[in-house]
Amino acid sequence: MGLMDIFKKKSSGSVAKDRLKLLLVSDRADCSPDVMEAIKNDIIQVISKYMEIDAEGLDIQITQTESETTNGTVPALYANIPIKDLKHTC
Amino acid sequence: MSEVIVITSGKGGVGKTTTTANVGTGLAQLDKKVVLIDTDIGLRNLDVVMGLENRIVYNLVDVVEGNCRIKQALIKDKKYPNLFLLPSAQTRDKSSVNPEQMRKLIEDLRLDFDYILLDCPAGIEQGFQNAIAGADRALIVTTPEVSAIRDADRIIGLLEANEIHKIDLIVNRLRMDMVKRGDMMSVKDVCEILSIDLIGAVPDDEQIVISTNQGEPLVGTDGSLAGKAYVNICHRLLGEEVPYLDLEVKESFFSKLASVFKK
Repeated sequence: MGLMDIFKKKSSGSVAKDRLKLLLVSDRADCSPDVMEAIKNDIIQVISKYMEIDAEGLDIQITQTESETTNGTVPALYANIPIKDLKHTC
Repeated sequence: MSEVIVITSGKGGVGKTTTTANVGTGLAQLDKKVVLIDTDIGLRNLDVVMGLENRIVYNLVDVVEGNCRIKQALIKDKKYPNLFLLPSAQTRDKSSVNPEQMRKLIEDLRLDFDYILLDCPAGIEQGFQNAIAGADRALIVTTPEVSAIRDADRIIGLLEANEIHKIDLIVNRLRMDMVKRGDMMSVKDVCEILSIDLIGAVPDDEQIVISTNQGEPLVGTDGSLAGKAYVNICHRLLGEEVPYLDLEVKESFFSKLASVFKK
């Protein structure tokens, strides 16, 4: 261990723990790429009714988020949907 | 009342066979009548770890196929007359035995033994299905690594799907020096991720390699921390409360001094 360690952001042990947590969420959810693709397409369809979105730039993934009720994290479906143009109907 | 325990991990090379040998021998030291079954057909290893490789005449497949009686295939341990091994077949493959045959075999063995330990092969295919078929409870062996823990999680799911709900965790090959500097996940981290009950933490110990070289399980050996950890696991299997070992690495005066200056 040297002085440089102080400047390291994260220990490899906690990196491993964080990677595992994410990995197990997607493993347990058993979301195959096919299922994720289907969810993605459905989301595009629904949102497109109301606004013009960038389907290419859409990113969805299963991740973890801080739970509001209990201490700890819960799995969450994260979607980042870039909007190209808001339609006037909304 | 006998108990059937499967020792499994998903990933290979994390210490299933070593654990089976040591826990089995440890239970025999506590005067239980124990049989170890190597279910890894085609890649048998438990006989070597137990140092009984020269005594094999019949094997698991012979028993299942009716080529011999169970008693003929059981090999008595060198040291403990109440410890037996049922070796696997080396020249056959996993499909030589099916889960139904395993269940039948285990029911027969229940009459004669207190503990039946099943050493499970790596993977989740037929060999795994055979090994868990007759089990009452499971011991999951894992190391504090991402790949091993991921596989352990998958195995836990499969065990639950197969109605095995008594599942305990053994965290193997702990390097406390690495945990201390944050370069290895701690036992607490692993338990938190897998959320099953812990039954033992076994430190990485050179003595394990030495004892495997010699074909003698090290459980109960004086001065070996890993050996002590296995003894504790055996007591916990019997339902006793045993405090967890202090796996802290003893620091020398100079390293303590150095760490003072680092702060």
